[in-house]
Amino acid sequence: MTVTSYLGAIGAAQREAMEADERVIIIGEDVEANVYGTMGGGKSRADKGDFLQMFGANRIRNTPISEEVMVGAAAGAAMTGLRPIVDLSYSTFLYMAMDQFINQVAKSRYMFGGQASLPVVFRSAMFYGLSTAAHHSDRPYPMFMNMPGLKIMVPASPTDAKGLLRSAIDMDDPVLSFEACLLWGMKEDIQDGEFRIPFGVARTVRAGTDVTVVAISTAVPAAMQAAQKLEADGISVEIIDPRTLVPFHSEAVLNSVAKTGRLVVADPANRTCGAAAEISAIVAEQAFDCLKAPIIRVTTPDTHVPFSPAIEKQLYPNATTIADAVRKAVATKPKH
Amino acid sequence: MTLANDTLLEMQRRMLRIRLFDERASKMVKRGEIPGTVHTSIGQEAQVVGACMALAEGDTMTGNHRSHGHPIGKGAKLGPLMAELVGKAWGVCGGKGGSMHLADFKVGSLGESGIVGSSIPIATGAALSSKVLNKKSVSLAFFGDGAANQGCLYEAMNLSSVWGLPIVFLCENNQYALSTPAYTVTAGKIADRAAGFNMPGVRVEDGQSVLAVYDAVRTAVDRARSGKGPSLVEVMTYRFNEHSEGLRLAVDYRNAAEKESWLKRDPIKLFRSYLSENGVADEATLADIESEVAAEIEAAVQFADESPFPELSVAYKDIYTEPLGGSQ
Repeated sequence: MTVTSYLGAIGAAQREAMEADERVIIIGEDVEANVYGTMGGGKSRADKGDFLQMFGANRIRNTPISEEVMVGAAAGAAMTGLRPIVDLSYSTFLYMAMDQFINQVAKSRYMFGGQASLPVVFRSAMFYGLSTAAHHSDRPYPMFMNMPGLKIMVPASPTDAKGLLRSAIDMDDPVLSFEACLLWGMKEDIQDGEFRIPFGVARTVRAGTDVTVVAISTAVPAAMQAAQKLEADGISVEIIDPRTLVPFHSEAVLNSVAKTGRLVVADPANRTCGAAAEISAIVAEQAFDCLKAPIIRVTTPDTHVPFSPAIEKQLYPNATTIADAVRKAVATKPKH
Repeated sequence: MTLANDTLLEMQRRMLRIRLFDERASKMVKRGEIPGTVHTSIGQEAQVVGACMALAEGDTMTGNHRSHGHPIGKGAKLGPLMAELVGKAWGVCGGKGGSMHLADFKVGSLGESGIVGSSIPIATGAALSSKVLNKKSVSLAFFGDGAANQGCLYEAMNLSSVWGLPIVFLCENNQYALSTPAYTVTAGKIADRAAGFNMPGVRVEDGQSVLAVYDAVRTAVDRARSGKGPSLVEVMTYRFNEHSEGLRLAVDYRNAAEKESWLKRDPIKLFRSYLSENGVADEATLADIESEVAAEIEAAVQFADESPFPELSVAYKDIYTEPLGGSQ
């Protein structure tokens, strides 16, 4: 076991994949300079060397600021033998390439009757909570959940970031990885060497009996804080991190709700048609008879992200809002 | 470039395949046998075949909604293409692509795009694969004069140039984006835009000559294969039919004299005369090719007729490599 940060874990997964398979390449803006610290062996070029030194300019490629061709060319390269990783830096930059994501990346395997295979990973960082304002701060995964053909990972720990990313690179389907910047510095002991975490398998972050909290991305550590506070009040919270939204491990959530009878979904994305809405619908449709209280969503309201920290930070699910929702769920007494 | 007689006859054969395939498709649309919309390449056969024949086996290409000609030009089997047009299970895409979205990976056809210009980045990626993996293959992106005004073209041209990718950008300038004359929405000459990206840009004025197209594209393909990077080739041509089959507009946006002058330059008739006048083939040989291609079309239609329709379960296949678990 080695203490590793979230960013370090992403770097390790990329490095191991690059070492294991010559077909893996990384393209993106500023990837050669290792701007975000995910493209190197250590903290600096002098430390253990960066990817450009390790793998050379044929496989580590700076791109122009041209998201459409970055995304489309990665898809075309994936269809013809490479396994590209595209570093799109900010998640909001994905919008520049929407046609390529939707009409080409998501649909090519289907529309061409299975002839196309797209082993490609699109990584991007969600900078919300860091005063980067509306053009840099979205959590856009729900809009991609709405488009079949894409797989979506939202790792909330260094272990998950490394294991899921390695699975994503091995996969023959296109994967979008949404990495929250607020988690970049999170550190934990992680298993040494190569390992993979399968898609579609949720993690029970904390076992409990009174309320199920399904938490996504930064809502996971927030839910943990809430659960610790609530424990002092005698409320036992079970926290489930789906880790991947597509595929989504509905059984894990349904089994937990069958046990607790109460569900809070904490999702940093916007409210309407968000991940929380979909998860709530699955439970309402498939486990209605288990519910002792209405499902409660804790999301970001349907607004844009303001610049000022005085009005930004409280918009996202946090330990207080999640704890309040749990208390409200527990306070509701079943009528039957 | 001097080409073997067999190659010249193959050009004529492929142009005829496109012509007869599309003439049949046009009839089938009118009879209601093909659902959806169909765009024919009738009149543009020289431009398609001249480009496809300049590519080698193992080379890749992408195209657009005017899509039948490209895979036919690259040597795809006609039966699965026709079955695709009628939405049958034996279709090249299993009945999920249809007329505008043909793809035949067996011949390097990586897919036609219904979104104008959208397949250009895909072709760029195939060229990137070739470069990184040192495959020596060349990629070609077919796009129309309409797509010449899409931003992704210029992103792709710039990236291909700075990375020295083996790709040919082939603009099929049939002079109209549906009803809109290219000159009314397009500044300057499309071929000239290559200069801004430090790559050769040529315009083939006689796009009805399969040999003129072949020569220009072959030069670009050879340059790409030898590691010298991308080129832009603009081919002037004309579609003889409407934008799409069955489209009836109140205004005829193309003037009669223009149409007539282009109709006189039928690429297949022109090349037939060339073959005959230059002693490449006698009348009997040319007639044989024509009847053989006609028989191929009949066989393709029969193949499509005999194919079953897809099972409903097919609608849920190929979204991912394998079905997702859980509630999805």
